[in-house]
Amino acid sequence: MTLVKTAIGRRSFIKSSALVGGGLMLGFNWLASCKLNPEQVNSLPGEWFELNGYLKIADNGQVTIMSPNPEGGQNVKTAMPMIVAEELDIDWKDVIVEQAPLNTDLYSRQFIGGSQAIRTSWEGLRMAGATARHMLKAAAAEAWKVPIEEITTETGTLHHKSSKKSASFGEMASAAAQISVPEEVELKAIDDFKIIGTSKKNVDGHKIVTGKPLFGIDTQSEGMLTAMIVHPPAFGMKLKSVDDTAVKTMPGIQDVFTLNVLDDNYERQHFDTCTFLEVVAIVGHSTWEVMNAKKAISVEWEPFETYAEERKPYRGPKQKLMIPSGLENTSDHKAKMAEMGSKKAAIVRRDGKPETAFRNAAKIIERTYTAPFLAHNCMEPMNFFADVKGDSAQLSGPLQKAELTELAISARLGIPVEQIDIQLTRLGGGYGRRSYAHWALEAAVISQKMKAPVKLVYTREDDMTGGIYRPAYQVTYKAALDSSNNLTALHINAGGIPESPLYANRFPAGAVDHYLAESWKISTNITIGSFRAPRSNFMASAEQSFLDEVAESAGKDPIDFRLELLNRAAKNPVGEKNDYDADRYAGVLKLVKEKSNWGKKDPDIKRGVAAYFCHNSYAAQVVDMTWENDQPNIQKVTCAIDCGIVINPDAASNLCEGGIVDGIGNALYGELPFKDGSPQKRNFDTYHMIRMSESPKEIDVHFVKNNVDPTGLGEPTFPPIFAALANALYSATGKRFYNQPFINEMKALK
Amino acid sequence: MAKFNLNINGKTQEVEVDPSTPMLWVLRDHFKLLGTKYGCGIAQCGACTVHLGDDAVRSCQLPVSSVGDKDITTIEGLSEKGDHPVQQAWLEVDVPQCGYCQAGQIMTASALLEKNPNPSDEEIETAMNGNICRCGTYTRIKKAVKIAANSVNA
Ligand code: FES
Ligand code: FES
Repeated sequence: MTLVKTAIGRRSFIKSSALVGGGLMLGFNWLASCKLNPEQVNSLPGEWFELNGYLKIADNGQVTIMSPNPEGGQNVKTAMPMIVAEELDIDWKDVIVEQAPLNTDLYSRQFIGGSQAIRTSWEGLRMAGATARHMLKAAAAEAWKVPIEEITTETGTLHHKSSKKSASFGEMASAAAQISVPEEVELKAIDDFKIIGTSKKNVDGHKIVTGKPLFGIDTQSEGMLTAMIVHPPAFGMKLKSVDDTAVKTMPGIQDVFTLNVLDDNYERQHFDTCTFLEVVAIVGHSTWEVMNAKKAISVEWEPFETYAEERKPYRGPKQKLMIPSGLENTSDHKAKMAEMGSKKAAIVRRDGKPETAFRNAAKIIERTYTAPFLAHNCMEPMNFFADVKGDSAQLSGPLQKAELTELAISARLGIPVEQIDIQLTRLGGGYGRRSYAHWALEAAVISQKMKAPVKLVYTREDDMTGGIYRPAYQVTYKAALDSSNNLTALHINAGGIPESPLYANRFPAGAVDHYLAESWKISTNITIGSFRAPRSNFMASAEQSFLDEVAESAGKDPIDFRLELLNRAAKNPVGEKNDYDADRYAGVLKLVKEKSNWGKKDPDIKRGVAAYFCHNSYAAQVVDMTWENDQPNIQKVTCAIDCGIVINPDAASNLCEGGIVDGIGNALYGELPFKDGSPQKRNFDTYHMIRMSESPKEIDVHFVKNNVDPTGLGEPTFPPIFAALANALYSATGKRFYNQPFINEMKALK
Repeated sequence: MAKFNLNINGKTQEVEVDPSTPMLWVLRDHFKLLGTKYGCGIAQCGACTVHLGDDAVRSCQLPVSSVGDKDITTIEGLSEKGDHPVQQAWLEVDVPQCGYCQAGQIMTASALLEKNPNPSDEEIETAMNGNICRCGTYTRIKKAVKIAANSVNA
């Protein structure tokens, strides 16, 4: 066992106010929300005792565990309570999981983003369970008048061996709630885990397959109105005038008005990206009526002038961003990136003497890769519920960064955060998109104006054309090989619109003697946001395709070539700031090599490999495909991943499979082109989302077994699959694919 | 505005709406049957799939006026206790990630198995190709459809 201080460190999850034992009973509504059968009524607990912000124990031994983070498909709502239950030492079947509302006093970092939920809360969740277990033991020790050290627990029961006394957690819950919180608690040894590491079904599985209203878009409330917005049809445009005469008298329509999403003097934070500062709101009784009004309304737009926007980013000082005027085109974007990429740019890292190494090279390989803007296309369109009354607001919806959204809404409405209540609904996909909740502000402003509960829903078209995209990127890699085919120098020139994708300290930095990384960016009025493994999703695709080509040119097996470089980085790294653990990196490559039977050649199966490290986890993949009717048919993807301790293996595997399918879809088909500022795809008839027939027939996920604290899983399998796919496409077609989406160049092959 | 008597999940229910209103919004806004989801509104994503008689249809493109006396089944009416073989298979394989597309997936799959209790891989792909899942659960969906097929045939 490990002894840990329960003292409140910065990384700790539980805040002090929650640690006052036996605190208030929180609003406990699970009984009200489900219809119970007679057996359930008989086994109902008489009373619940809250031991800390995470859990309550009932007199009948049932345990309710609050899941602090919003659920968007990563399965944290099952995994996080599993960690608490493990340390509490109870039977998983006695656990009821509830979604916690936003509560900044009780919990910290109620975020989805960066695949960090489990990593950052691991310690805190364990402590929450262990603290409660300790309090139960202390209560038993007091009741039985024996030293606490002699009390043991076993799945929901307390024992005192020599006196043969025992009691269930339920029996001791009331007394435990009176015990003061210990200063130190013991955590289980990892080898003693009984729940962690075993597959548990999704706690919301039954609700999902029976269609229960779990999502923000399902929110209902007495007297609720439906709202939609009309935003400019193109980036670079703003509202000029609205003619709502025809619309105001349409059936069911309550009001039409324009609104400013943010106040002019509001100090923006990192996630306050707002694409269209002024929009038209249409409010009515039913969705179809509002949709019809939306089609009928006539709005005039006009180009805006260049303006400046101040913003306080995630880290570092305030920034001033220039938002350029103009109606942009994809063809211009490509030309500008090509021009920037051909020039010298800001040097981010430099090792050795790259210029000399290139001059002395026996062979030089240089390739340029590009990728377009991408829309997130969460299947649940953006939506939010707001009921703003005087100086208070009841809000509900799918948010990745609720704490920050609350601050922005508080500032916009002029209502203190204490008077704002946010319920976190299940997210019908997030992938970064729901970190930027301008639609929540819109809903709140509309409700305040209407003095009524309002649900704002974006149409698919509003959603897809509303900005917050994955940026467009370009990178040029240049490699020098000496006469014995060793990689002696690497030059990376990376940039994008409007941000650079470069991670200068990642592999192969550290494995090459002479290294130069340069970065540039081009401004735009098209808004961008985090998109599943931001920047990594492009860098992996390019870097791992390039290394494949360099390995081929050096006459080496692509896995052996990477292992050779990693071996160098492990034994004798170049530079000090290398951002990866070369041994763990090599570990996933070795595992994927073994599990995919890499050495075994089948002439019909074309293969490609790639590996990447991001979000603290390591992933390697092998794609097996056949080429039929001018198209890839992906037979199998083998994936090896090192994300430390795996909490819930089957669900973890599901998430990895999802990242792989999503990555293949975006690599092959994903693209949002622009003409005169206007997105050229508005719905799924033209935006090609991967479908079942295009997905891998089989996905085989293997986890590296170790006792490292758990790390991210929602993102790490996404970036490398782009390259594993490109490399397999090369072995299938003899053609390298440099520009995403690959479908465009695949068509040209015919 | 016009009145319609609709057979939904075995019950006849009346609604007064514009005849062009898609069934999707009649179900969601008027009957509060919220399991049927909006994803695209143009019959491209399958999130809104319901059964019209024995057929899986996209309710976003099904005007209420065209339904007549045909039976409509939504995810809420697929089984009384959530134990339809397809729902059970979905739980066994633990298919959902975010879950948003899954009601539509299940309605498409259950209509397929009703007509073709023993579909080949290709037939499953053809039937399910109209249902998008951005989370990428397709391999699990296919596995669950096969398990459901076996249990229907058992
Ligand atoms: S909402 Fe009907 S198919 Fe997408
Ligand atoms: S499970 Fe999220 S879209 Fe299918």
